[in-house]
Amino acid sequence: MANNKVLFRIQRFDPEKDEKPHDQDFEIEVVPGATILKTLQRIRAEQDPTLALRFSCGSAICGSCAMKINGHAILACKTQVSECVKDGMVCVAPIGNLKILRDLVVDLEPFWESLGKVKPYLMPAGEAPDKERPQTPDQFGTIDPSTTCILCGACYSDCNALGVDSTFLGPASLAKAHRMIFDSRDAQDQPRLREVSERTGVWDCTHCGECSTRCPTETKPLERIEEIRVQAMADGHHGNAGARHALGFRETVGKRGLLDENWLALRSVGFFNLPGLLGLMPVGLRMMMRGKMPPMIPHSIDKVDEVKRIFARFEELRK
Amino acid sequence: MYSHDVVIVGSGLAGLRAALELAGNLDVAIVSKLYPSRSHSGAAQGGVAAALGNVDGDTVEDHIYDTVKGADFLGDQDAIELLCNDAPRTIYEMEHWGCPFSRTDDQRINQRAFGGHSYLRACFSADRTGHALLHTLFEQTYQAGGKLRLYSEWHMLRLIIEDGICRGVVAMNIHTGKLEVIRGKAVLFGTGGYGQAFKITSNASANTGDGIIAAYRAGIPLEDMEFVQFHPTGLYEHGILLTEGARGEGGYLLNGEGDRFMSKYAPSKMELGPRDIVSRSEQAEINEGRGAGPEKEYVLLDLRHLGAEKIMERLPQVYNLAKDFIGVDCIADPVPIQPTAHYSMGGIPADNGCHVYLDEKGTQVVGFYAAGECSCISVHGANRLGTNSLLEALVFGRRAGKSLLQDVPQLQLSPVDEDREISATQRDIEELYEGPGTEDLDTIREELKQTMTVKVGVYRDAEGMVPAQAKLKELRERFAKVRVGDKGKAFNINLLEAAGLGNMLEFSELILDGAMAREESRGAHFRNDFPTRDDEKWMKHTLAFRTEDGGHELRYKPVTVTKYQPEERKY
Repeated sequence: MANNKVLFRIQRFDPEKDEKPHDQDFEIEVVPGATILKTLQRIRAEQDPTLALRFSCGSAICGSCAMKINGHAILACKTQVSECVKDGMVCVAPIGNLKILRDLVVDLEPFWESLGKVKPYLMPAGEAPDKERPQTPDQFGTIDPSTTCILCGACYSDCNALGVDSTFLGPASLAKAHRMIFDSRDAQDQPRLREVSERTGVWDCTHCGECSTRCPTETKPLERIEEIRVQAMADGHHGNAGARHALGFRETVGKRGLLDENWLALRSVGFFNLPGLLGLMPVGLRMMMRGKMPPMIPHSIDKVDEVKRIFARFEELRK
Repeated sequence: MYSHDVVIVGSGLAGLRAALELAGNLDVAIVSKLYPSRSHSGAAQGGVAAALGNVDGDTVEDHIYDTVKGADFLGDQDAIELLCNDAPRTIYEMEHWGCPFSRTDDQRINQRAFGGHSYLRACFSADRTGHALLHTLFEQTYQAGGKLRLYSEWHMLRLIIEDGICRGVVAMNIHTGKLEVIRGKAVLFGTGGYGQAFKITSNASANTGDGIIAAYRAGIPLEDMEFVQFHPTGLYEHGILLTEGARGEGGYLLNGEGDRFMSKYAPSKMELGPRDIVSRSEQAEINEGRGAGPEKEYVLLDLRHLGAEKIMERLPQVYNLAKDFIGVDCIADPVPIQPTAHYSMGGIPADNGCHVYLDEKGTQVVGFYAAGECSCISVHGANRLGTNSLLEALVFGRRAGKSLLQDVPQLQLSPVDEDREISATQRDIEELYEGPGTEDLDTIREELKQTMTVKVGVYRDAEGMVPAQAKLKELRERFAKVRVGDKGKAFNINLLEAAGLGNMLEFSELILDGAMAREESRGAHFRNDFPTRDDEKWMKHTLAFRTEDGGHELRYKPVTVTKYQPEERKY
């Protein structure tokens, strides 16, 4: 293609002039092999030096240049423009779930703070030995994916749970928790599992999978979050809403072949948790008013015995 | 004005390691234009050296000898002894802090081969060793909690030294554009290298030599600036690093005719010769018309025989970089590569305790320290061995911390004329805006980078460097008329880029003039017109002093030799 002009629609925001962000279009000839970052740098050099963005290593390891392309977070230095052009256009915006400071630059403080909440450092037992602590290649392999995280914030940006609840620890911090929990040298795995099972932790993840889809490394936070959940359940960290919900889910389906949603809500909050139960009432009332309340009297499906057999077989296999 | 006991500039391995030595004992500020996890230490891939002997019969003495020889006998041997002796302890310390290391079947830290090392000495974390070490130290800063004050995304613009006493720095808060004095009883620089002056480079955009040039402008000479390492396996055209570990794991280098050309240049070590020799060999193949590709402009890194499993386990980052950046699947095809400016052997002269020297007689600046790539201690001499840089940053970062712990109780906060320092820095910024604005920043930068790579690169000679001197002079004159289009306050990247270019233009002259003066070939510095090493005349360190008129003067100081007399360097 002789003419390879692409329209870059870039979200701009200058705190000294603008009340809110607006889009600005730049037309630029894109050479084959050009990355998003190199093209943005050319736009800065040739058209508008005031475009603000973060970048440094240019080789996908420092994590500076996460931004949204066509609505999804990517790492600009390793993404080819050719993969992003839709109808001759590429839309560029800052990463989400964080306050915009200028153009493509966001305030990362909440991200760093969240990381601090998972005690992101090894806490081994006893005195350090003279040499290295032993670890097998397999044990290293267990934490290898979560140690590849470059803290770019792409997962934080596109996390749907964070979008509605900023207290959620978020995918990157939970991946860091994973890196410590599953490190054979760390002695605090049980307290860590207990803490990330509480509210704001692993059970607040909605399993949408955006974090793993956007992750530019092998970290894949959703998989790490799932591994933490499985381990927490196996180790008996059941005294939290997330675990009760998971257990209740199995109990109700196992017993009736379908969900008893009213019972499950009470089971998750805890039958003796008065403030928690009262907290459900407004939700219940709203559901009733909109006619969305599930039937109050639970029933079972016709072939509930078949479901029970599946559960029994599963238990057998699990043992 | 802010005040601390110690102001550390730079948040890579050297800066963070020093900070952790001080946390809880002294009031420490860490000033960095990036966030700590973005520092360029994290880009190191293949490994960190230590004679652990986990997989063979390696000894510390072998590590010392290999480093002295690798440095082409320009390294200071007392410093090299400290470096290698402290290496095993350093690795165990990082392991105890949680650094994830690849393991042997008997549960010890695994070690791989690296260029110029005679044993399997590189401890590694797949091919992300720098990343693993940097993040481990960053994690430890969280454990240190409130004991460290981080000034992240603050750009240091000026070092304050008066009457031989270091007093602090002037830095810009990038978020607001405001200039502030950060005063300290002592200042430590761990500000990294200066590879951005070259077109083909593995260095981050951040590596514009801010630290070395601030020291130089404050009256500190710079040592051995002409010694710039070119890494043999930069991704073609991008310069992005592909680890030497790829050859350590058994990768081949092929020319356009499919020959393993290293058999001609380093028959015993082959692809695992030291970096200076391998880079020159590649460039010779390209220059003599045996390169690969349509223009014969590159050579090939061939990993195919290693197999998919080994590549994905040991070299996953190499796989991803080749695939993402040039679309080559290294399991199926060889990867186009070329030498890339990688490491700065030169820098701020310092002793083994990281105290900075003011001259060739060993006079020290009170309260100023340097460690890591920005320093020249000099453990790498004329050519650094791969995996010794992460080691240096950790060993000397800690040593700087120890020196500070010892020295700072005797030091005090010296008076700083805040208004004067701020307005002097403001003046420098205004000068960038005041010119006619007729010259384009990017064009000047590209011409500088092109000149340095072509004329002051792997091969150098007077024929190329004399015109390059004129070119650099011309570029400095044009820079006085440069256009800085962004007048904003917050995140004015354009302004900081202009400042960085000013730095590069100034220190590039030191690289070039040092290289012109040094009429011999040693390590990474190779002169076509003086192709042999000349120990009689040139076994000495260069020191470039800034003169009143903004020019410079070259003086020299001797190399410290303890055990190993210079000998012919063969591999």
